[in-house]
Amino acid sequence: MINPDAVQHINLKVFVSDAGAIDLADAVGVFHEWIRESVCPEMLIDVADYRHVPAGPGVLLIGHEANYSLDNRENRLGLLYNRKAALEGGFRSRIEQAHRAALVACDRLEQEAPFRGKLKFDRNSLEVFINDRLLAPNSDDTWQALKPQLESHFSGFTVERRGEPRDLFRVSVTKR
Amino acid sequence: MKASNLGWKTQLGDRVPEPLATELDVFDNEIALKKQGKIEDRVFAETRLRRGAYGQRYDNGQRSDGKATRTLNYPSANTKGPGTLWDAPGMQRIKIPFGGLDAPQLEMLADLCEEYSDGIAHITTRQDVQLHFIHIEDTPALMRRLASVGITTREACGNSVRNVTACPIAGVCREQTFDVTPYAKAITYFLLGHPDAQSFGRKFKIAFSGCRENACALVRLHDFGAIAVTREDGGKTRRGFELWVGGGLGPVPQQARLYDEFVPEEEILPVSQAIARVFARLGEKKNRNTARLKFLVSKLGIEEFKKLVAAEREILPYDPRWTDYLKDVASYAEEPLKPPSLLQIDSIRPAGFEKWHANNVYRQRQQGYATVTIALPLGDITATQLRVAADVSRKYLKETVRSTVEQNLVLRWVSEADLPALYSDLKQADLATPVAGTIVDVSSCPGTDTCKLGIASSRGLAGELRMRLASKNAELDEAIGSLRIKVSGCFNSCGQHHVADLGFYGVSRNKNGYTVPHFQVLLGGEWSNNAGSYGLAIGAVPSKRIPETVDRITGRYRAERLQGETFQAFVKRIGKAECKKMLDEFTAVPPHEEDASFYSDWGDPREFTLGDIGIGECAGEVVYPIDFELVAAEREVFEAQLQLEAGNVEKATRGAYESMLHGAQALIKYKFLVAPEDPGKIVDDFRTQFYDTEIFFDPFVRGKFAQDFFRAHEEAGVTRTVETAHQLIEEAQLFIEACYSCYARMTAVPVKATA
Repeated sequence: MINPDAVQHINLKVFVSDAGAIDLADAVGVFHEWIRESVCPEMLIDVADYRHVPAGPGVLLIGHEANYSLDNRENRLGLLYNRKAALEGGFRSRIEQAHRAALVACDRLEQEAPFRGKLKFDRNSLEVFINDRLLAPNSDDTWQALKPQLESHFSGFTVERRGEPRDLFRVSVTKR
Repeated sequence: MKASNLGWKTQLGDRVPEPLATELDVFDNEIALKKQGKIEDRVFAETRLRRGAYGQRYDNGQRSDGKATRTLNYPSANTKGPGTLWDAPGMQRIKIPFGGLDAPQLEMLADLCEEYSDGIAHITTRQDVQLHFIHIEDTPALMRRLASVGITTREACGNSVRNVTACPIAGVCREQTFDVTPYAKAITYFLLGHPDAQSFGRKFKIAFSGCRENACALVRLHDFGAIAVTREDGGKTRRGFELWVGGGLGPVPQQARLYDEFVPEEEILPVSQAIARVFARLGEKKNRNTARLKFLVSKLGIEEFKKLVAAEREILPYDPRWTDYLKDVASYAEEPLKPPSLLQIDSIRPAGFEKWHANNVYRQRQQGYATVTIALPLGDITATQLRVAADVSRKYLKETVRSTVEQNLVLRWVSEADLPALYSDLKQADLATPVAGTIVDVSSCPGTDTCKLGIASSRGLAGELRMRLASKNAELDEAIGSLRIKVSGCFNSCGQHHVADLGFYGVSRNKNGYTVPHFQVLLGGEWSNNAGSYGLAIGAVPSKRIPETVDRITGRYRAERLQGETFQAFVKRIGKAECKKMLDEFTAVPPHEEDASFYSDWGDPREFTLGDIGIGECAGEVVYPIDFELVAAEREVFEAQLQLEAGNVEKATRGAYESMLHGAQALIKYKFLVAPEDPGKIVDDFRTQFYDTEIFFDPFVRGKFAQDFFRAHEEAGVTRTVETAHQLIEEAQLFIEACYSCYARMTAVPVKATA
């Protein structure tokens, strides 16, 4: 029995609509600058560069409470907000917090000098993961338990479960 | 830290086998005690290191942002070792003995790197797997999940026997004398947790090779390197090992010395035990820089070392495990999933197959089968790719996968006709890069990306070289395609730069008032012949000019090599001075205002600094067994308290009493090296040696704590109430504290009286 309010470690990825002209190497410098300027509410620690890994995690900004990354898994570039520390409130509130954090990061990245006018996120095309197989396996039970609150938060969007049982619980969210 | 951590114990239940389940309960409790400030930093550090939980760069709470060093305000002020903050991300090393992995293990690694790390599993140059950016409080759950698929992280770091490595093609190799896998496995589990391997001053590395000529196991750079050999004896072929000892890299590289041309198979475990005893007894303990076995062998000389080991071997008490495993060795064999077949000449080959087949496929000694190498960029593999590797290992093999010291994976026992289909499956997951074992397949240690000791960005350089060489199809170049490049972030040689044709290790130079990242260049190391010779250090070149340096050196080799001349022979022929001349034109560093890029490292735009270097944990902490034993006794008191809270008065009583026994036993063992196991004898010895002599006496309450212990012993077996059990627990806690005080008094340096 999945208790939605026990579910933590929400990940939210906002896909890019256009990234043709950007060089991911610039993200390394941008994220180092974010650490220097402490631009996020989370405590920021370091940058991990996996550009050499095809369809990999891209460039990550490692934080204590959360990681931000320009993630390229499945060869789909996007801003991934990976919440590591527990969030207050119930599941619905946690989704809201993670979603807000991701969108703020998207806005900020689009304004960074190397990306200005080149990087555009599609805020109508997202994925939500729960990065904890014990709290939320990718099962029908989890889906039934979380679907109402996911659909409520993403009203006006189509929310569809994705992946196979051994994957993280994962839904795609697209504008209707 | 994960909200689900506590749940995994219940969820996994019996799937975590003993003794791992108990060991992990112990670790849980040690973490709880550390959070309460009840374990000394030094002891906790060695405790976690021996479980593979390592520190990582910036865990001292200091980080340069390129302009200034800033404090990282981790939430907790607690520490997990000297100068190592509790909340700072760490690295988890996972031992993979001889690199052997099956599908559930690959899938588990996928889950763990996704849930606890950054989505990447990293294969090391010792066939381990490492996960980075892990919170210490996540490690017990992570270890439980590993244990549920048969993996332990025990003794992955610290002053212990590290992962035992072996040729990844052992058993399928065309040149091998015999399959060393069962021996590597036997020695792994024989020495794991062995009492004779717990008091080293430094780590101890073991490797097994099936032949002398190839490089797969790099025997000659190990503390204990065994090469499979046979000997004819009375018409029978006997198996044994040519044994090499005292090899190692690091700042003082040393080739192993020949210990014996033939150690019979039945002697390999007892000889390893005897060597462990000699190393534990005579190896350096205080100065970690001279504490590896190589220094002891050098100091004593190989002949004296052999004499000491032989004498130790003579007095070893018989252990049936020395030979029990041998009865299964002859029948040990991996099995293929499919019948043998040949690659059809007229079969339809996917695009790119031929190049991949040329570089990544090895024809096995068993006709009709091949071993396929998955070449991983810098040893990195994603969770998705690990699951694909698991899938193909089920589809084409009986899950016979191994990691390699070149930071790749190999799939063994592929029926040859399946190769095109396997290639297509791997290609779909970006796992079919056709560069295995070529100049493009650069290996590297973590360097400044995550290592506390890193000086320069080895991964940054390795990634840059890989990209540039791949773009030129250098792997296809007949002259240089098979050269090997290896990069370390510092002189500690985790990237094994000494045994590469072109090796690099990170250094720094002060230029124009700035610190500039450089790499020392080594040429002509020998990868074959089990790392037969080490490369020559030629000179240091700024990091940013290393790619040009590589072009220059390889270009000259291509142009000037003689017919059939190897790179090693070429370097030797032209000489060190000429090699140095090749580097000279690349050593200049332009002024900062002219080109600031020289003053930052590859993949890291911050201005370069040495200020982020921390204190390494590779050497572990020198902690004597009594340190662990007293911590264990203290943990037993803690567990007794938990039992009492759960209403188990009898278990609580027994636990408290046993903790006192173990505390007393630890002191006896510290003073006399051995201690009795029988409770009555422990009490008698303790009374004679510590109470009657007043060594144990507290300055204020004198012999009270010892008297509590004697009374607890007399009343052992008496049924207690909650109140009296509680009192016993309190007495036990004070007794353990008194044991610590007594130990401190015994080891204290006397203070000179002043006038």
